[in-house]
Amino acid sequence: MLDELRELYQEVILDHGKKPRNFRRPEHPSGEAAGRNPLCGDQLVVYIDVDDGGMIRDAAFVGKGCAISMASASMMTEIVKGKSAAEAQRLFEDFQRMCTEDSPDGMGADVDEDVEKLQVLSGVRQFPVRVKCATLPWHTLNAAIEGKDEISTEA
Amino acid sequence: MNDQSNPARTAADASPVTGFDVERVRADFPALATEVHGKPLVFLDSAASAQKPRAVIDTMCRVYESEYANVHRGAYYLSERATALYEGARDTLRHFLNARDRKEIIFTRNVTEAINLVARTWGRENLKAGDEIVISEMEHHSNIVPWQMLRDELGLTLKIAPVSDDGEFLLDAYKALLTDRTKLVAMTHTSNVLGTITPAKEITRLAHDAGAKVLLDGAQAVVHMPVDVQDIDCDFYGITGHKLYGPTGIGVLYGKEALLDAMPPFLGGGDMISSVTYEKSTWAALPAKFEAGTPAIVQAIGLAAAVDYVTALGLDHIAAHERDLLTYATQRLASIDGLRLIGTAPNKAAVVSFAMDAAHAHDISTIIDRAGVAIRAGHHCAEPLMNRMGVAATARASFGLYNTRAEADTLARALETVQEIFG
Repeated sequence: MLDELRELYQEVILDHGKKPRNFRRPEHPSGEAAGRNPLCGDQLVVYIDVDDGGMIRDAAFVGKGCAISMASASMMTEIVKGKSAAEAQRLFEDFQRMCTEDSPDGMGADVDEDVEKLQVLSGVRQFPVRVKCATLPWHTLNAAIEGKDEISTEA
Repeated sequence: MNDQSNPARTAADASPVTGFDVERVRADFPALATEVHGKPLVFLDSAASAQKPRAVIDTMCRVYESEYANVHRGAYYLSERATALYEGARDTLRHFLNARDRKEIIFTRNVTEAINLVARTWGRENLKAGDEIVISEMEHHSNIVPWQMLRDELGLTLKIAPVSDDGEFLLDAYKALLTDRTKLVAMTHTSNVLGTITPAKEITRLAHDAGAKVLLDGAQAVVHMPVDVQDIDCDFYGITGHKLYGPTGIGVLYGKEALLDAMPPFLGGGDMISSVTYEKSTWAALPAKFEAGTPAIVQAIGLAAAVDYVTALGLDHIAAHERDLLTYATQRLASIDGLRLIGTAPNKAAVVSFAMDAAHAHDISTIIDRAGVAIRAGHHCAEPLMNRMGVAATARASFGLYNTRAEADTLARALETVQEIFG
């Protein structure tokens, strides 16, 4: 029982969950969106600062929720900083697949460093109701990039 | 199943309550033999929906197999048989709630529909701009949203009766909210989150003194204790079948006959009419006026079987057994470091909500599920109450007539695993 749970709640997740990085509200974000999982009460706001060239200069969030959602948001903000918005959206797609598909295609030998970091959250595959906890921050980031105000997992 | 195959049931689980043999009761519920992740199921989510006894399952199968036809229509054997069973179910429910007359028992889908029925018919007919409705801080969304919709439509005021930090209903504060503009008090009889049992009789008396009608949401209450609507003297009372060890899709609205009689129909259709022409239709008498369309026939009969089942066990015995479980589980959980109980009113049902410093309710639920323990995590369809208690979500263990002290032990041990992982 503990093995499977340790697979889900790996040290790095517990660490990000307890001490989330970029947990703040920036002064002048260029975009923001609120995300909400009405079934369990997870809620967060993701802030981004995208420059004229489409590069994400800053990403941050505030909110409350379970360890999985907080860790996912924390890791996401670290990873997308310095990426283009388009790259962040591609990562979102990869991440969604790794959280839902048992052996996602095209993520074999040549996975890049970022995807590898995110793999730590792919343990949610074994816990179907928790997938939304992991993907909510990414849905919210995606909404912020696309200029939407809010997103709900039940919408 | 013997004790060895199910460590959740040990000899240590001697019920101190005479007249209630929990092991015999458990054998009546096939679902309790389920294994989850290789562990015996410890089902502590009956407040969301209870498991069903064999008596209910068998009754419904039997009706579908050999006693089923549409009701109130056919002049032939099967239809007459099904009608007799369906109307017999109404008699069973009348007796269960001690309504004065069978006409006062309206079958609905659930409490949500019962409340919406009252809002859409009695409410629209009797309320006007400036009138006040009083609800409590403990309401399920189903006893908030229909009144909000009506408030916005008619220009009503919604007032909220408070609870203490412990989750106790504050009768004096409630009393202070009642004015001559208060036309309805819509209140839970037992909180699905805090377990608090509200003083229904006193609430009703005070409301009546102020000239207001009273609707009680009995979804949780009727499961844990005997309810007598005439003794309470409430005007409307809603219950739902699936929390009462019966099927889904069936509930009851009790209403005083004179009120129901004066109310316009809710849904229009077959069964609820006396005559129909293109110019005008006239309504059927109670209770048919509020039961448009083919009803949930087999579910109503299944609900009656559930009522017969709990009545045979004895609601007083069930209440005593659950009180023992509540006391035991509360002590057991209170001794866990970093665990905070949410809702500790002196008069409460066997519902234990809690939050842990180490972990969010959702993480708790996932972790203890691996030990076979099923609890609810989240806002329990009571977001305003979550805000009031200062939590985003709680974990909730709710105990039913089939639960044991040993299961409370399993829960406590599983919560220690949560501590271990989150450290």
